[in-house]
Amino acid sequence: MTPPDPIALSRRTLVAGAAAMTSAGGAAAAPAAATGTTPSALTLRVNGEDRHLDLDPRTTLLDALREQLHLTGSKKGCDHGQCGACTVMVNGTRIYSCLTLAVMHDGDAVTTIEGLGSPEAMHPMQEAFVRHDGYQCGYCTPGQICASVAMLEEIKAGIPSHVTEDLNAAPALTADEIRERMSGNICRCGAYSNILDAITDVAGRPA
Amino acid sequence: MKFDTPATSNPIDQLKVVGRPTTRIEGPLKTTGRAPYAYERHDVAPNQAYGHVLGAGIGKGRVVSMETDAARAAPGVIAIVTTLDMAQLPKGKMNTAFLFGGAEIQHYHQAIAVVVAESFEQARDAAGLIRVEYARGEGRFDLTAARPQAKPVDADGKQASAEEADERVGDFEGAFARAEVTLDESYTTPDESHAMMEPHATIAAWDGGKLTIWTSTQMVAWWRRDLAITLGLKPEDVRVDSPYIGGGFGGKLFLRADAVMAALGARAAGRPVKLALARPQVANNTTHRPATIQRIRIGAGRDGRITAIAHESLSGDLPDGQPETAVSQTKLLYAGANRLIAMRLAELDLPEGNSMRAPGEAPGMMALEVAMDEMAERLGLDPVEFRILNDTQVDPSDPSRPFSQRQLIRCLREGAERFGWAQRNASPGRQRNGRWLTGLGMAAGFRNNLVVKSGARVRLGTDGMVTVETDMTDIGTGSYTIIAQTAAEMMGVGLDRVRVRLGDSDFPVSAGSGGQFGGNSSTAGVYAACVKLREAVAQRLGFNAADASFSDGEVRAGNRRVKLEEAAAAQELVAEDRIEFGDLSKRFQQSTFAGHFVEVAVDAFTGEVRVRRMLAVCAAGRILNPISARSQVIGAMTMGVGAALMEELAVDKRHGFFVNHDLAGYEVPVHADIPQQEVVFLDETDPVSSPMKAKGVGELGLCGVGAAVANAIYNATGVRVRDYPVTLDKLLEGLPDIV
Amino acid sequence: MRPFTYERVRTPSEAAAAAQRPGARFIAGGTNLLDLMKLQIEAPTHLVDVNHLGLDRIEETGEGGLRIGALVRNTDLAADARVRRDYAVLSRALLAGASGQLRNKATTAGNLLQRTRCPYFYDTAQPCNKRQPGSGCAAIGGITRQLAVIGSSDACIATHPSDMAVAMRALDAIVETIDGEGGERRIPIAEFHRLPGDTPHLDTTLRSGEFITAVTLPAPVGGRHFYRKVRDRASYAFALVSVAAIVQPDGSGRVALGGVAHRPWRVEAAEGELPRGARAAMVAILDGARPTHENAFKLRLAERTLAGVLDEARS
Repeated sequence: MTPPDPIALSRRTLVAGAAAMTSAGGAAAAPAAATGTTPSALTLRVNGEDRHLDLDPRTTLLDALREQLHLTGSKKGCDHGQCGACTVMVNGTRIYSCLTLAVMHDGDAVTTIEGLGSPEAMHPMQEAFVRHDGYQCGYCTPGQICASVAMLEEIKAGIPSHVTEDLNAAPALTADEIRERMSGNICRCGAYSNILDAITDVAGRPA
Repeated sequence: MKFDTPATSNPIDQLKVVGRPTTRIEGPLKTTGRAPYAYERHDVAPNQAYGHVLGAGIGKGRVVSMETDAARAAPGVIAIVTTLDMAQLPKGKMNTAFLFGGAEIQHYHQAIAVVVAESFEQARDAAGLIRVEYARGEGRFDLTAARPQAKPVDADGKQASAEEADERVGDFEGAFARAEVTLDESYTTPDESHAMMEPHATIAAWDGGKLTIWTSTQMVAWWRRDLAITLGLKPEDVRVDSPYIGGGFGGKLFLRADAVMAALGARAAGRPVKLALARPQVANNTTHRPATIQRIRIGAGRDGRITAIAHESLSGDLPDGQPETAVSQTKLLYAGANRLIAMRLAELDLPEGNSMRAPGEAPGMMALEVAMDEMAERLGLDPVEFRILNDTQVDPSDPSRPFSQRQLIRCLREGAERFGWAQRNASPGRQRNGRWLTGLGMAAGFRNNLVVKSGARVRLGTDGMVTVETDMTDIGTGSYTIIAQTAAEMMGVGLDRVRVRLGDSDFPVSAGSGGQFGGNSSTAGVYAACVKLREAVAQRLGFNAADASFSDGEVRAGNRRVKLEEAAAAQELVAEDRIEFGDLSKRFQQSTFAGHFVEVAVDAFTGEVRVRRMLAVCAAGRILNPISARSQVIGAMTMGVGAALMEELAVDKRHGFFVNHDLAGYEVPVHADIPQQEVVFLDETDPVSSPMKAKGVGELGLCGVGAAVANAIYNATGVRVRDYPVTLDKLLEGLPDIV
Repeated sequence: MRPFTYERVRTPSEAAAAAQRPGARFIAGGTNLLDLMKLQIEAPTHLVDVNHLGLDRIEETGEGGLRIGALVRNTDLAADARVRRDYAVLSRALLAGASGQLRNKATTAGNLLQRTRCPYFYDTAQPCNKRQPGSGCAAIGGITRQLAVIGSSDACIATHPSDMAVAMRALDAIVETIDGEGGERRIPIAEFHRLPGDTPHLDTTLRSGEFITAVTLPAPVGGRHFYRKVRDRASYAFALVSVAAIVQPDGSGRVALGGVAHRPWRVEAAEGELPRGARAAMVAILDGARPTHENAFKLRLAERTLAGVLDEARS
């Protein structure tokens, strides 16, 4: 596909999307669109269970979970790493599942909200969110919970944050630390204050 | 049930379940990821294909041609429907912008095509292969520039002459000219985006001429009716199901393009189609809170009593649109014999302006309550005392109309006491601790209480379970739980004996979720249905309904006690009713009140603002569930911080669109922005509002917060910002000199 | 997202070979590339997954510095005890950026290579010389509050969004690369990012197929380290202005700015003014600025932010 005449573009014609845009690395070659893409085979260990998938390589981890495995607890709020609703744990580390391809995780262990607990057997963090009303519409909630569980591990591992005063000391478990570390999970309903209470409740318990 | 006289005592007053702090009954589903939202209903229709909506790349004009061959040939593509394939579709009753069809482009990212493919990836990719040729039109995108053409509109948003539209009491101009102390200032509020976490999403499936959508809506019945109008169907041929909604804030009140495009895509594909608006499309494709330019004039005597008050507001919208009613609270909040209220509406070619949480009062209070702060300073009065001095217990423009309840003074006094208001230094810019300038601010909170007719069906099953069915929605407000509490209280059972089914157009039409009317109205509807069910139970068990009491799972009268479930042991009992409201809201002014208190710290070097403490003291009738009500208020306070400090859809006035149309560009508060929040509900019941004696709280918590933040910033820095949001660039000039 | 083929490589030579395919791009963290691919702003036809090359270690160099593997995650780099102790400005910059989830995924090389967040670059219905050379710049004359105040051109007023790179600029980091033929380069960070000029589609001086293997930090320079990022909300937002500063006890030091230009902005010649205070230093650093009406505040903000840093440095 050739780029449109730029003068015409600026005047009247617009390409919907940017299929014709050149990437910074050089001219985009004609894609293998006519034949489609070959599915990639991969195995994800999801919530402790091996799941074999044949996927369009374009499939994000989030869409693989939601559309292929029907694990819809992980939410799509923005699909661009701007909201946190898709947060899952991969090999124990929290990431945005919307900004990673499923094929990049062949062999990885993925924990989703469904893996943390069920309505009948909730994870302590899930129970704490219910107890402290740490949610309203519920859409950001799985991401908040996955993020908070992994976040507490990050504090335990000594990873500093933007608000850690002494970079050379172990970070403390303070409200400001939790708020900063949870800031990659937006809650438009504004349950933040209650989420903090829920996390503090869990974190404050003896191990 | 007609509610036209104030409530007397009724079974709700027992408060065995209602009024008790109750965690959400759907909480375990939401926190474990099992609550199914619109896009996640894999089970409801087999063989779902994926749709992707293409949005217009111009703000105004026409589509000249669309080249779809490449997209049609792309792998996996099943169908493409473009806006040129059909005439402009009729609008739903609640819509301002047309949603689809025809060549005309009214606004940026208006839907112009849906691509249906086997997979999400294929649909999205193919949509990018459609080439569109546009003829750009001249658009009006600048509210200030459009002012000369703006037309007077009355309180209902209807165009009229200025004499008819403007509301006048006494002689404002004369009184203002005579006033010993005056204020005449302008304030602006920007366009804001609802930015709910779940983008608009729908699965649509056709069965012959009948359409079902599984969608995300606040108002099931409106969507059903308006989707039928738009697609030329009978309402009874449309079913809408929306049990879980990932936030709305007004953005899902009115039929949106996701439902229309999913339906059209499904019809073209001959298969169920699921789609969601891509996040970068949401701000321009859907609706937003319109920007306002407000002028407030207040005149008072040296004694601090207001003698003249005027509030004028200009906003813009597409043709046939509505004003942002930013003046509404000023009719009612403060006393004053001479008053002027006026709105002007300009036609703009930006996306549709429409309701966002507390439409009118939210931006109106952001202006009025800063004006009150300024006026208090000019009078040398404490801002709390100035407001108390000008309290009114009646509608100032019609003193024969009392407020049903008005505890504003208590909210302010109790708030001041709890917050340590006495410690505030009345001279701005004097409190510094290291790099931080600190200050306290307050505002009154005010939002009218609306009541809307609302229906419900209640079943007593053969298993003894009470099941409530209503098309009411729970957008995070706690509807599931307060409805369950209401049914449990009425039928005398525990919450574990109640099931609540919401959001299905097969159920009785409810108030829906909006205007903070949903909680009170929908539970009142459930109350009405339960009264009927109680009658049916009594009749079947041979009780006189008037004598029977329902508690502890039993029906009792005199010495006789029968287990409730026996009434339905042989056959399920079903009762349906709705609450309808008479003229009580005409005879009484029903409103909700708050005192908002905020402490901020402002970086003396950079102007960064940090909110350190927040308190809201609310008077809003009976609080049905202190847990979810408190959550409504803290959530609204959070949105108020966003409005005060960061939220603004940036208008490109050349090309006519909101530039920052994603969640990175349109900043809303994150965890780190929100401090400890305290909420106090005054003990109050309002028998005028409904049998529940409750009122709305979900919007009250927002109204006034922005001004309280702005007033606190002024107290901290001495910089008065009248153009929201109060971003640091507006403070820099007035901050202390650097060495 | 356009169709592409995907390949996971295990060695740098495999990576180099894979990069020869037309339309090939490396993917590591993917947090910016996939974001842009979804919008078809980037449209590689072949993705080379380099996550398994083992370039995820931080080693001490013979010169007393650190060599940071290209694939070291932002979280791990920020948390490294040596970085926290000797290069605190870098740790602080990383922690001020993005969110925990993004830092867990984003890599050192990817952070350097992230593209502008100019909203017009992100909106494919708008002309953008960076996205489509020659199409024009919709940002100029548009919404510019976040955009560049210095070093911009008539073709582009975008800023570079990285925080990490600003700290690395202050630290005189070196970007190490290899190309498909095995040729190695050491690019001083000052020469790594470009100004837009009339080729704003080129963000860096990397050549086609060239692969970043590591970033090297020279031996620690001591002093007090600061990274002050000023933004509209308290976290999870790009900078309006950021100041990376290393201040020595005698008042001398280094300053680099983020959020003001198409690359991290540092003017070594101006740093002699630092002992005279923020105003004198910033006048020199931002000499030649061409702000818009909307973003002129950044000049004052930069000055005041530096003043705050110097105030803290004195305390």
